[in-house]
Amino acid sequence: MKQFNYVITDPEGIHARPAGEFVKAAKSFASDVNITKDGKTVSAKKIFGVMGLAVKQGQEITVTVEGADEDTAAAELEAFLKNNL
Amino acid sequence: MITCNGKSVYGGIAIGKIHVMAKKEQRIVRRSVDDTETEMQRFEAAKAEAQNQLAELYDKAMTEVGEANAAIFEIHQMMLDDDDYLDSINNIITEQSVNAEFAVAITADNFAEMFSSMDDAYMKERAADVKDISERIIRILTGSDSADMSSEEPVIILADDLAPSETVQLNKDLVLSFVTVHGSTNSHTAILARTMNIPALIGTNVELSPDLEGKLAVVDGFNGVIYIEPDSETLAAMEKRRDEELEKQRLLQELKGKENITKDGKSVLVYANIGNVKDLAYVLQNDAGGIGLFRSEFVYLESSTYPTEEEQYRIYKKAAETMAGKRVIIRTLDIGADKQADYFNLDKEENPAMGLRAIRICLTRPEIFKTQLRALYRASKHGKLAIMYPMITSVEEVKRIKAISAEVKAELTAEGIPYNDIEEGIMIETPAAVMMSSELAKEVDFFSIGTNDLSQYTMAIDRQNPKLDEFFDPHHPAVLRMIEMVCKNAHAENTWVGICGELGADLELTEQFLRMGVDELSVSPSCVLPLRDKIRSLDLSK
Repeated sequence: MKQFNYVITDPEGIHARPAGEFVKAAKSFASDVNITKDGKTVSAKKIFGVMGLAVKQGQEITVTVEGADEDTAAAELEAFLKNNL
Repeated sequence: MITCNGKSVYGGIAIGKIHVMAKKEQRIVRRSVDDTETEMQRFEAAKAEAQNQLAELYDKAMTEVGEANAAIFEIHQMMLDDDDYLDSINNIITEQSVNAEFAVAITADNFAEMFSSMDDAYMKERAADVKDISERIIRILTGSDSADMSSEEPVIILADDLAPSETVQLNKDLVLSFVTVHGSTNSHTAILARTMNIPALIGTNVELSPDLEGKLAVVDGFNGVIYIEPDSETLAAMEKRRDEELEKQRLLQELKGKENITKDGKSVLVYANIGNVKDLAYVLQNDAGGIGLFRSEFVYLESSTYPTEEEQYRIYKKAAETMAGKRVIIRTLDIGADKQADYFNLDKEENPAMGLRAIRICLTRPEIFKTQLRALYRASKHGKLAIMYPMITSVEEVKRIKAISAEVKAELTAEGIPYNDIEEGIMIETPAAVMMSSELAKEVDFFSIGTNDLSQYTMAIDRQNPKLDEFFDPHHPAVLRMIEMVCKNAHAENTWVGICGELGADLELTEQFLRMGVDELSVSPSCVLPLRDKIRSLDLSK
C-alpha cells in the first residue's frame, strides 16, 4: 500500500473540472485509490464521492493506493495533484 | 413599466422581446414493475443514449464556447458513470420493484440534496448538474422533448434557471440576454454569458408568468435591472446607452492597433488618466497607448497610515507590468486642497487650493517623498515608468526635487538595489510655471499641462463654487494662449508636452491642440476611443 498527503493550493479547491480529471486519472489504474479528508474516505474513482468531500484551498487530503500498479499510480497521481491542484 | 432587480454577471444593454423559457414539468409516477431485469435494461439503454447526447453536446460546446465551458459535459458523462449514482438507481429498481423514471428521480433528489447542503457556494451550484443529467435520462425514458426555443427573432430569455445543457443548445444568434430567477455567479448561465459578452442577470426578483411572453424589455447589465414594458423615457435613455456601447465596440474594432495620425500625417499619443490600479482594465479595454496620469493619491487616501515603500512598490510594479512596455506616468502624491488624509495632520487652511499641497508637502516632509521615490525607482525595472511632479512654480523647486531624487538613487545604488534611469517631468498647472516654461524645460524630460488647476488659477475662479459658472469659460483664450506658449518653449528645449486635464478630452479643441504641437493627450479611459477617432478625421493641411 502506498500513501501520501497533499495540501490543496488551488484557490477554488477541488472543483468539478479537476475532480473529473483526477477521477479519470485514478480510473486508469487497476489499484484501488481512496481519498481521505477529515476522517471521511471515498473512492477516487467516483466523481460524486470526490466532489462530495468539498475540498477547499489549504485543506489536506490523504491519498491511499493499493494494488498491482500502486507504485506508478501513487507517483502519477501525486504529480497530477501538484500540477493541477 | 415593471422594474426588477437582479445581480448582473456581465455588463451591456439588451433591448428586445421576452421569451419565457418554462421547464416542462416532468411528472414522475411511481409504477410497480414485475420484471425488474427488463426495467434495468430500459435504464441502461436510456443511459447509453444520454451518454451519446452528452458527447454530442460536448463537441458542440467545444466549437461554440470553448473548452473551458465544454468541460462540464465531460463531467456530466462521468457523473452518469458514477458507481454510487448507478448503484442507487439499481437498488431502487430491484429492491422496490419500481419503474426506472422513479428510481432516477429519487436518486437525483438525494444526490442534489448532498450538494445543496454543502457549505460552499460553488458546490451548492452542482446540484443543478445532478438534476440536469437525471432529467435527461427521464426525458429519454418517457420520450418527451426538452424545453426549447422556437423564436425567430433575437430575444431576452427569462427562466427560472437554465441547466448547462439548455444554455448550450440555444441558438446563440437568437439570444440577447439571459435573466434568471435563480442561479449564481458560478452558474453555467453566468459563465456562458461572460463568454458570449451578453448582459445577464441572475437572482432576479421577477415573476415568471406566461403573460410576459413577447413583451418588450430592457436588460441593463451595468446596473442589474430589467425593465419590462419600459416607459418611453427609460427606453430612450437605454437605447442611447446601448448605442454608445455599440459605438465604443465599433470604434474599438476599427481603431485597435492603429496609429493616432491625422490625414496629413501628424501623429499624437493618446494616453489614459487613472486613479486606481483597478482602472488598469479600462485602460486596456479602451486600447490606450499608455497612462499619461496615474494619480498616486489613492494609495494614500485608501490607507489609514502612511503607505510603506513595499506597498507602493507592488502597486507601481503592477501598473508597469500590466502596461507591458507602454509608458506609465506616475504623478507623485497630490494630497492637500480637496484631497485630505487624516494621518497627514495638515492644518486647516483658509485657502486650501493655494495651500500646503502636492510637491509643497513633499519638499517640507522629505521622508514621505523619499519613500514614494524609492518605490517608484524600484518599480522602474518592471516596465516603462515615468515620474511627474505636481504644482511646480519655479526652477528652484525642480532643483530641490532633483537633489532629493539623487539622494534616493545613491541610497539604492549603495544597497545594491537595481533601478532604471527614467523620464522625469512636471505638471504645468500654475501661471508661474507657464511663464517660466523656457527655464523649466531645460530641467525636465516632459511637461504635462493640468488644465483644471491652470484654468482656475488663471481666471481666479474657484471650480468648486457653482455660482461662478457664468464667469467660467472653459475655452478662455488666456488658457489656450498659455498652452501654446508652453508648447513653443518646451519644444525649443526638446521637451515634449502633454495635456492631462479635462480639456484634453474636449473634441472641439483637438484640432487646435494639434496645431499648437501638443505631443500627447491623456484622457479618461472612456474618452480614448472617441478622441482617437477624432484625430484620424482631422486634416491640418487645410
